[in-house]
Amino acid sequence: MTRTGIYRNRSGTSDSETSGDDGGGGTTVMRVIVPLQGVVQGRGGLVLGSVIPCAFFYFLQFYLKRNRRDEPEPDPDNQNSASSPGSEPNNSDSSSELTVLSRSLSRVVTSPRNSGTHVSVSGRANSILRGGDSPGKKRVEEDPYDELDNPDGIIELGLAQNKDLVSDYSKEETSIGLSLSGIASYEPSDGLMELKMVVARLMSEATKNTVSFDPSQLVLTSGAAAAVEILSFCLADSGNAFLVPTPCSPGFDADVKWRNGVEIIHVPCRSSDNFNISVTTLDRAFSQAKKRGVRIRGIIISNPSNPMGSLLSRENLYAILDFTREKNIHIISNEIFAGSTHGDEEAEFVSIAEIADTEETFDKERVHIVYDLSKDLSFPGLRTGAIYSFNENVLAASRKLTTFSPVSSPSQHLLISAISKPEFIQTYVKTNRQRLQRIYSEFVKGLKSLGIECTRSNGGLFCWADMRGLISSYSEKGEIELWNKFLNIGKINITPGSSCHCIEPGWFRFCFSNLSEKDVLVVMNRIRKVCETCKSQD
Amino acid sequence: MRLIVPLRGVIQGRGGLFVGSLIPCCLFYVLQLYLKRRRSPPDPPPTSSRSNLFSRGNSIGRVRVSSRAVPVAKPTDSPYYIGLERVKADPYDQMNNRDGIIQLGLAESSLCFDLLQRWMSENLMESMMIQSDDGEFDISSIAMYKPFEGLLELRVAFADFMSRIMGGNVSFDPSNMVITAGGTPAIEVLAFCLADHGNALLIPSPYYPGFDRDIKFRTGVELIPVHCRSSDNFTVTVSALEQAFNQARKRGSKVSGILFSNPSNPVGNILSRETLHDILRFAQEKNIHVISDEIFAGSVYGDKEFVSMAEVAVSGEFDKSRVHIIYGLSKDLSIPGFRAGVIYSFHEDVVNAAKKLMRFSSVPVPVQRILISLLSDTRFIEEYMASHRQRIREKYIRFVEGLKQLGIPCAESDGGLYCWVDMRSLLTSYSEKGELELFEKLLSVAKINATPGTACYCIEPGWFRCCFTALADEDIPVIMARIRQLAESARS
Repeated sequence: MTRTGIYRNRSGTSDSETSGDDGGGGTTVMRVIVPLQGVVQGRGGLVLGSVIPCAFFYFLQFYLKRNRRDEPEPDPDNQNSASSPGSEPNNSDSSSELTVLSRSLSRVVTSPRNSGTHVSVSGRANSILRGGDSPGKKRVEEDPYDELDNPDGIIELGLAQNKDLVSDYSKEETSIGLSLSGIASYEPSDGLMELKMVVARLMSEATKNTVSFDPSQLVLTSGAAAAVEILSFCLADSGNAFLVPTPCSPGFDADVKWRNGVEIIHVPCRSSDNFNISVTTLDRAFSQAKKRGVRIRGIIISNPSNPMGSLLSRENLYAILDFTREKNIHIISNEIFAGSTHGDEEAEFVSIAEIADTEETFDKERVHIVYDLSKDLSFPGLRTGAIYSFNENVLAASRKLTTFSPVSSPSQHLLISAISKPEFIQTYVKTNRQRLQRIYSEFVKGLKSLGIECTRSNGGLFCWADMRGLISSYSEKGEIELWNKFLNIGKINITPGSSCHCIEPGWFRFCFSNLSEKDVLVVMNRIRKVCETCKSQD
Repeated sequence: MRLIVPLRGVIQGRGGLFVGSLIPCCLFYVLQLYLKRRRSPPDPPPTSSRSNLFSRGNSIGRVRVSSRAVPVAKPTDSPYYIGLERVKADPYDQMNNRDGIIQLGLAESSLCFDLLQRWMSENLMESMMIQSDDGEFDISSIAMYKPFEGLLELRVAFADFMSRIMGGNVSFDPSNMVITAGGTPAIEVLAFCLADHGNALLIPSPYYPGFDRDIKFRTGVELIPVHCRSSDNFTVTVSALEQAFNQARKRGSKVSGILFSNPSNPVGNILSRETLHDILRFAQEKNIHVISDEIFAGSVYGDKEFVSMAEVAVSGEFDKSRVHIIYGLSKDLSIPGFRAGVIYSFHEDVVNAAKKLMRFSSVPVPVQRILISLLSDTRFIEEYMASHRQRIREKYIRFVEGLKQLGIPCAESDGGLYCWVDMRSLLTSYSEKGELELFEKLLSVAKINATPGTACYCIEPGWFRCCFTALADEDIPVIMARIRQLAESARS
């Protein structure tokens, strides 16, 4: 009874609009005459109305997903977009369909981007093509400074490498122990045990032997970049993120994002805090990311920090480790400059491993260290980096992944023979510190006499200079203008703070370890010239 | 009625279609959202079965690794790697461990170590250290940062070397070349640059078992085997490619390219010029890439001529920008420890992207210096390559002859450091299971590690890859005796 009433009711409303006819008898006739309408507007309405939009929605999502994946391939920034008419896939497809029209397979026309001759690379390769190079690198390559041959060339202060110090290696030091059987055949790609033992000893030496590192927890890679890449692959899934306090090393973007698809969330530190990492800002960044639905898997710090060159205090490290424990996330400590500390005796380098050692076993598993022999031994050409981790799973996965970034055997044997003598390591680390200290104080003094202050630093091959007084406008634009002046007028390549994701404009990184004492004078004269042009413009 | 129950009127009246559309849409959306959120954090509740499987203890608050690292960290189940591990635990030694397992599973060669040893002892140190003008040794020539894609001198030397071993019919342009730390990173970088996550590469099977790891671990690119059969001597045909391509498309996966080894690994046959033409024509028709792995190009011992894909690409008939070649020195010069490989691509974007990615796998500068002088020493290279080929040939004949006497035939092959052995007569059952049983018997009874066809995705059971170039002459009778014993017990 009620049921029929409903029927009448419903069809009554529908008919009242379509035909203007009112009354039960008319609708029954209609239902019989137009059965489809009956199905659609009768009982079936609700079912069909549910199924059809569901299907639509599904297809829409499916379509979007397919489209999204193809989208980045045609790359408007790239020169080849001219040759491959693919910047707007749908347009070009439909036009080719119109003009050619020979094949009726619409799928074929839509799915390969175009019928042209050029085949395109993957979308992710395109994004790598766009990003990357440090801005001044090309210029330095074209016109490098040479004391005798090219005194007007550009001096490289943007690259943290150590030239002067290495020339002290004697030939014997590097040449012992290379024999064919050792270097030619297949060897474990994660490094020889002998070398791991040497690396562990070198790392201990950098902490003044307060920590002993276990060689079996080491995995060797071809450089620190590969080490960071492998670690971020193992710790985070695509779409997850790491917190990175800024200013940070400019290389992290490439190492973390390029192939792993892991995001970086910058946590800005300010000059008013002397660029120290504060747990409150970390906490805020963490909850903001969480609100946006981004999953944070860890935090990456550099100690000694790059670009500031400051050392993280024990208290600070404890606070950060507590933070990671509270949030149950990982911590990657980038300690590639651990052996390159200098300055006062009371400023001591504390490795995160030392802090971790005081923790429970299962808590250590969140601690991972990146180390690089090339920085501390001033031998970047050898490309030997290391992962030190307390996490068995990370170690197991990393060992396998080193097949993509292996250390070659000649390098390994060379390093073993060069640094296996404990006396050598001790003397080397000591001499290295003394020389860094000398060149650092000279360089900073020189800058100070020009009115440029640096933050206090005790490590690394660089200093962090405050040139806010020299920029014409307090913005990133002003900073880049000044950087250009340094490159064009002063002929010096330095790293602007914006490359390090510093949020305050006007800070620059000077890498000084490449300079001889004579060079320092040349550099200072050039900087003076830049300062004068800046001031005369005011 | 309408007045009494207005809600019912809305739902089942005219509004029915509209509301009926909206509500399920919302439900569907919320469901998807819920599923998505659930999927990404698999860890926080300590009860989730996934996390229990993985961590040893169940302590709460234990930090987890990424879900993509889990399969990498797990021990592999491919017989290829299992075999290698077993040999490592108990390697055969003529003097000290006569009962150990003989390695026939690893394609490495010690045939010409005497020549290399001589060259290295004469030139190693000199080649590495560049003398500056005043005769002093200049360490900065090897210690400093250099371009990631390799020194130009090395790329020139490589180009020259490659064209030499490939018969001199094709010349390589050093600017299309990127030096990598071995063939493995070369393949990974190419797969990364040519295909997006979830895309696929067609690969004629049987194929080298390492490709699985090289390509799937990190790039997320799928491999679709294109089955080749013994009746064609395991050579790929265009119709098989076509069929695999269409099937893949039907399943909705996008095929970005074809990857193959030439000389093929594990079979060791060489693709003819016509086949290469066909493959490239097919790729052009489908607008996909071609990756040719030519890492064994210099290890050709048969009578057939080796033709590089580069030669076909520059013939003018095709768009060469889709052709990419992988080469390395691990096999042809037998120096795998040096980890020196090459990506050679006709696509400018691929070259540039690969250059940037080399920050993760570049060759150390001292090693580059050694390689420059090694590869530019043309007299040595000529001598080396000639004896390399000659000695593989001799070893091949000896090995295949030995098997033949046991009634075990091999597929026809002309290159590589291995042969493709037909052990179908030894199978207890003609199936994958039978093959793995035989593999296990070879390992534990005969104490021989050979790679079973299953590991190479061979569709026909009973084929094994045996690498013979690391064997001494006196090892061959030992192997034959062991196989004979196994064969007799199997047939009886």
